[in-house]
Amino acid sequence: MTETAPKADPGKNQAKGLDSPLRRSWVKLRRNKAALVGGCMILIYAACALLAPVLFSGNPSAPNLGKSLEPPSLDQLLGTDELGRSILGRIIYGSQISLLIAVGVISFGLILGVPLGLVSGYYGGKIDFSIQRVTDMLLAFPGFLLALALVAILGVGLKNTVISIGISMVPIYIRLVRGCVLSVREEVYVEAARASGTRDAVILLRHILPNVMVPITVQTSLGMGTAILFAAGLGFLGIGVQPPTPEWGAMLGSARVYIFNAPHAATFPGIAIFLAVLSFNLLGDGLRDALDPRFKL
Amino acid sequence: MTNYIIRRLLSTIPVLIGISLLLFIMLRMLPGDPAQVLAGEMASPAEIESIRHQLGLDRPIYVQYASFLSRLARFDLGRSARTQNPVIEEVWARLPNTALLAVTAITLACLFGIPAGIISAVRPYTWIDYTVTLAALFGISMPVFWLGLMLVILFAIILKLLPAGGTGSWQHVILPSITLASFVVAFIARMTRATMLEVLSQDYTTTARSKGLKERVVIVKHALKNALIPIITVVGLQFGLLLGGAVLTETVFAWPGLGRLIVDSILARDYPVIQGAILIFGLLYIMVNLTVDVIYAFVDPRIRYD
Repeated sequence: MTETAPKADPGKNQAKGLDSPLRRSWVKLRRNKAALVGGCMILIYAACALLAPVLFSGNPSAPNLGKSLEPPSLDQLLGTDELGRSILGRIIYGSQISLLIAVGVISFGLILGVPLGLVSGYYGGKIDFSIQRVTDMLLAFPGFLLALALVAILGVGLKNTVISIGISMVPIYIRLVRGCVLSVREEVYVEAARASGTRDAVILLRHILPNVMVPITVQTSLGMGTAILFAAGLGFLGIGVQPPTPEWGAMLGSARVYIFNAPHAATFPGIAIFLAVLSFNLLGDGLRDALDPRFKL
Repeated sequence: MTNYIIRRLLSTIPVLIGISLLLFIMLRMLPGDPAQVLAGEMASPAEIESIRHQLGLDRPIYVQYASFLSRLARFDLGRSARTQNPVIEEVWARLPNTALLAVTAITLACLFGIPAGIISAVRPYTWIDYTVTLAALFGISMPVFWLGLMLVILFAIILKLLPAGGTGSWQHVILPSITLASFVVAFIARMTRATMLEVLSQDYTTTARSKGLKERVVIVKHALKNALIPIITVVGLQFGLLLGGAVLTETVFAWPGLGRLIVDSILARDYPVIQGAILIFGLLYIMVNLTVDVIYAFVDPRIRYD
């Protein structure tokens, strides 16, 4: 890269200076082959979700009993399930459901967890104590068990799956954000903003939030994988997304019964889940290394 | 040391009460009516009312919770809405099966995970390190229930070496244990590698090497001993994951444990059993964390004086 003489534009130079850590992280991320593979796989899944009607014509939930449990062939690349439906078609449409759940769960976790973590860490005192005791209680349950208990209360279905797993993610975000805020709130620039009479909401949003974005970004990528895994687990148990919706875990759950005569029906949806979770984990690990190698979850 | 254990034990009581309260309130918010479920669709309103009274569901919520806590103190978790058996009996009958699975799995995970992590850290950035790291990442990303099904296809259907499910002999334990262990072995290997890498770069390890000690002695006596605390922590934390994984593994292998009991109870809306079994799961998790804290105090005497 050739360097040009700096122009007298301090604002622009400052912006460049602010950009440079991000640019360094981007270069680091691009050099990380595993993270790139993960990112590309996520893009493929997203493309499958968006282009599902183009990639597979027909209704993936319409039964065709004459073709029940057919093994993979040129006609049916991944074979058919117990109701004669194309497994490939259902996996393609299933990517819509899984990505929808992952995005929904993470949005839920972010919307509730980040503000609560910010408030808890920034104000301290009684507010912090109350929020942290509720967090303790939620964290006293292993994540999947908490989601399971919540599904028991809310009932089965797509919406309740998202809410249940989302709630199990909230305490993780609260803890993560609170921990970061505790160290950031003592910084000189926060004190200066406070001294100059800036409102708390502005300090939280403009000065503190940008400084906790790194752990939030990493947790979001890793959390997407966990959300897909949890949703598939609930679907497998029969208490998540309900048939005939093509959800990967539920597909595995119904294929389990026919495992002796049609093992293919249980194999391919599992590969879809595994690769989706793996890609989010690869990207999450890469992001962590690129953004802050010291930061470990 | 006794004081330390008592102090830690007492600190778990508020958390346990909190969990029971949370679970109690949440279960009472359920949309379905358990009395209706138990009575069946054809039952008359009088019959439903009678069952509601029998279960105590017609009393104010705080009375129900007070009664629940008082019974809890006497280890009385109520009766199953489905079988009418005491919940504690139902849970007690399943607990040994889940404990057997969990202990075998965590032992397997430590036996493979810790050495894999050590080898990986001792030979960093070699093919063996990359293999372990990749295998760990695969392990973390793999759905435990799918792996279980794949093991059934391979060992029970194709090779016909092991039973596909159920209980009764030691062969029945192998596949569920491996499945459940795969869930945690990856985390243990990753944490062991990261901690050992850090410890191996410390001055005291260099000093031990410069004294001419054998590499094996340096690794086991000097490095591993200091890396133990984070490893014990991760083993303890993984126990929670293991309990979650047990629900899925027990379903795959038709293993009559606590996890399966929870799922069956959710499907049947059997509130007392859901409440009791999840509470016992929470208690188990807290007890494991407590044990981990006590082990810390043994491994590092500085901790008990904090």
